[in-house]
Order: sequence, then C-alpha cells, then structure tokens
Amino acid sequence: MNISLILEMAADAAGDRVSLVCDGKRWTYGALLSAARGAAENIRQSGCQHVALLDESSEAAAIALFGAALAGVPYCPLNYRLADADLAALLARIAPAVIIGDVARVDRLCPDAGHQVRTRAAFVAEAQAAAATSPEEGDEGEGVAIQLFTSGTTAAPKAAILRHSNLLSYILGTVEFASADEGDAALVSVPPYHIAGISALLSSIYSLRRILMLPAFEPEAWIKLAEAEGATNAFVVPTMLSRIIEKLDKGVKADLSSLRAIAYGGGRMPLELIHRALGLFPTAGFTNAYGLTETSSTVALLGPDEHRAAHGSDDPAVRARLASVGKPLPTIELEIRDEDGKLLPAGERGEIYVRGDQVSGEYKERSALDADGWFPTRDAGWLDDEGYLFLAGRADDVIVRGGENMSPGEIEDVVATHPAIGDSCAVAVPSVEWGEAVGLVCVVRPGHEAPEEKVLCELIRGRLRSSRVPEKVLFVDELPYNEMGKLLRREVKKLFGD
Amino acid sequence: MKAGTKLKSAVCDTEVMIIRLGDGPIECGGAPMTEEKTATPGTPSADFSAGTLMGKRYVDADGKFELLCVKAGKGSLSVNGVALSIKDAKPLPASD
Repeated sequence: MNISLILEMAADAAGDRVSLVCDGKRWTYGALLSAARGAAENIRQSGCQHVALLDESSEAAAIALFGAALAGVPYCPLNYRLADADLAALLARIAPAVIIGDVARVDRLCPDAGHQVRTRAAFVAEAQAAAATSPEEGDEGEGVAIQLFTSGTTAAPKAAILRHSNLLSYILGTVEFASADEGDAALVSVPPYHIAGISALLSSIYSLRRILMLPAFEPEAWIKLAEAEGATNAFVVPTMLSRIIEKLDKGVKADLSSLRAIAYGGGRMPLELIHRALGLFPTAGFTNAYGLTETSSTVALLGPDEHRAAHGSDDPAVRARLASVGKPLPTIELEIRDEDGKLLPAGERGEIYVRGDQVSGEYKERSALDADGWFPTRDAGWLDDEGYLFLAGRADDVIVRGGENMSPGEIEDVVATHPAIGDSCAVAVPSVEWGEAVGLVCVVRPGHEAPEEKVLCELIRGRLRSSRVPEKVLFVDELPYNEMGKLLRREVKKLFGD
Repeated sequence: MKAGTKLKSAVCDTEVMIIRLGDGPIECGGAPMTEEKTATPGTPSADFSAGTLMGKRYVDADGKFELLCVKAGKGSLSVNGVALSIKDAKPLPASD
C-alpha cells in the first residue's frame, strides 16, 4: 500500500475541487496529483536515495511528499532553522538526495555529496512539465514513506522512519473519506518538517478539506488568512495560540467566526491559555492531540465536549481534565509501565507504551519496538480512573533524588499556583548528598515582584513531599523554548552550571 | 495477494485495496475479484448487487478480512459467498 492512494482517491472523487491554497495560488486535487506524478518521474530519473525539502511550507511540500511516495523514495523534510553545522551533518546522511528549496545553502554546506538541488519554483515547474508523460502507476509502497530527523537535543538526531502502512493505517483509522463539507478549510501553519505538518496534509486531503497553507507561522498573517479564506479548522502548537491571542488582545480586528475546530498539540498547553482560548472562541470545538513522530502523529485526544465540560465546571476533578491529553484512539493500545516494564494501575506515573499499526517505533539504525510490538515513548504519564491520559514530561527528565523518582511536572504545577510566577521549570541538579536534587528556574509575571526563595520552598513543601523542595532556585526573564513550543530542559539545566 | 494488493471486480467498476486478509476468495457481485481487469465483464448476481461506496471499509463478521473500497461499483462484496458489511467507525474530531 502506498500513501499516494490518499491523493489518488481524492482526485478520483473530486478532481476539480480546490485542494490547496498557498500564496494566493489554488491547486485542485487533479492538478496536485498530476504534478506529483510528474515529480515522481523526475525523482525516478534522478537515481537519488531521498527526497528532501529545505524550505517553508508551500505546494512543493505536498507535491514532493506524494511524488516521493509514487517513486518509492523516502521523503525527508529538513528543519531549515537548524544551525549550519547541524544541517550539514544531516545533508551528509541523506546523500544523494533530490533537495528542494535553499539551493545556495546546500551548495555551501554540502557541495560534493551528489545532491541534486533545485528551487521550489523549478521543482514545481519541472514536475508539471513531466506530468503528461509520466506513468500513473506508482511504487508498491512496501518501504519507507517518510524519514524525519528527531530534534536530538543531546546526541545526534535519530532518523525516525514511517512506512506507508503506518501512515495509511493512521489515516484510514481516524479520518472518514470525503467527510468534509465543500466549504471546509484547514489552516496549516506547522512547519513541513514536523509530523503534524505531514499528517495535516494527509488527513485534509483524505477528508477533502481544503488546505490553507501558511508558508511560515506569523500571528497576524495567520489571522488574516483565516479570515480571508474562512478557515473552519486549524492546528496550532500552544505557542502559536498564545501569539494569536496576544495579537487579538492588542486590537487586531478580524472575524474568525468561521473557525469551528481548533486542534492543538506538540507541547504543554498552559491551563490559563486554554481557558482564555475557550472564552475567546466560544463556538469553536477544541481538540488536544497527543502523539509522536514515531507514532504517525496522534495517539490520544481530548475532544471538544470534554473541553467545554471542563471549562464550564466548578468541580476541580472535571476542570483538571483540561490538563489531560484525553483518551487513546480506539485503534491503538496504550499502557503505563514502571522501569522494569511492569504494568502500572490507574493513578501511578510511569512510562507511556503504545502499540498499533500506525506505530512505527522504528529508526533507520534500529527498531525501538519490544518483542510484542510495544513502543516505549520515553514520555512519562499516568491514566486517571476514567482512562484519561496525563503527561508528566519526558522519562529522561525524571529527577532521581536518593533513589526517589520525581517528575518535574508535579513541582511545576505547584509553583504555577503562585500568583507571581508566570512560568517555571524543574530540573535535576547534581547533589553530593542525594546524587540529584531539584533545581527550579522561575519566570516572574510582568508587574510582580519575585517571591522569596523560601516562600516557593514552603509552597512546595506544603503540597508535596519535602524531597521535592528545590535545593537551588533561579529567576530568569524567559525560559528557552524551541520554535514548536517545546521547553528545552537541557538548556535550562545548563543555567545551573556544573 | 497481501495487504496493499488492489483487486478489481469482474462484474462492475468496484476496486478495493486489501487491508487485512484471511483465507477464502474475495468476491464482488458474486464473482471472484482479480488483480487484472477482466476483459469481458459479467453482471452482478441479484444477491450481491447493493453496490459499493468509495472510501468505506468492508469487513467480515470474524474480523479476518478488511477491504477499502477505492472505486465504487454496482456489485457488493463478499468472501466465500458471505456478504461483507461496512465497518462502523466512530467519527473522531480532526486532530491535525
């Protein structure tokens, strides 16, 4: 099976319908498929091992994704925000590749690896030119559809692999074919090298929902595009939502009443922000999606009704559910296990394991699946009595103090209740006595005085065990996040020096 | 035949992609489906002429077979003479 089936079925059912809008250009399903077939022929002729994108989002991302799939060559979108040295290392690992986008940068960083580089415009024009003489039949799709490099904050980035069968299983299991109304339009603003950017293309096309592509996220451009095209759906990471709301607060006027469904994921959503958003978009349905690259995107979600129920409730237990990522998809299995791999009951924190056809758990070098097909996500979390999943950071972020495991999240949640604290991060700091102890970094809310260290320590001691009380507290202007809103805990650790 | 194989009806326009495969012949309109298009198409039998719908998944009662209809047609699907039914999928909110 080949993911090209998604575009083929869409073009077959609604060839003349607009599929994608980018920079004012409109592409029908038929035109996209035809360009993808042309691209596939050019990719076959190139003899290259990968198809890489080093560019912002555009129609080229969709044409390259499906073109590579039809040609049976892995598609490997690259993070153009990487520093030169990091990007050069990745370019060397995928050689020889057809690379679309920043020609000058590839020529400068990796001139002798046999890469065939072209600009976005040239790639699209060549694909369209080759369309008429390209075969319709594509590759069988037994192999790898997508190769995505993980962000690799400590070691070299890992090359996560998604097979055609993983991605198709995800789409067929979660999206009803042609289920979108003709007026539906999804605003896609996540970068093309992120799994959410890829799954947005696949699920929008399979549901026949028009894609409104924003080349790179900028809050005002997002608001304008949503209004001009009448976006009905959008996926954002929490940082994007926060910046959109900031613009609206500052008086940017826009009619966004067409927005019916706002999905978010990719990072921790501050409770205050989601409450604000629920208030600002009273008619929109909010969905929190949790997933990883290695799981072909979403494996658990908290739906619109659950959001509204939590937002409108006075019951702390129901309100707390807004901090949950919801329930596992019916098509996957999910378990919480301890360090020895033993299954944990509801309420206990451990590592999240998932299993299902959409779960690849595979890297170019090795598979991370266990003998029974379970993927250890390295994410820590717990399930409540009703099966709602709560995340508790990365398993690697756990602080081990004198043999006691503690998750940074439980400490940060308590610190967040202090009115002067806007953001915080707890990390492990070396301790002669305990091996590791808690280091806490706080950001003070504008207009507030930094609380005394002992006040924060007392707050934590009062709510949690004394082992959670930080040994060191620092105040900074802001915490380091990456462009997808992920807190870079390893950078925070460095603040404590050695 | 394996998961991913596409089969064509011998009696109508129906095409399916195999998602899951058990033992037994896959039929459309009462006639076995094949990987190659039949040169001289027949007609669907009266018992298997309810038609197929594009994008629907069809399953048997035991969950051994699952077929995705990628092209609609007039015949309906069966395995070894037993009709397949449309897989009920609870709609999920769009998450990406």
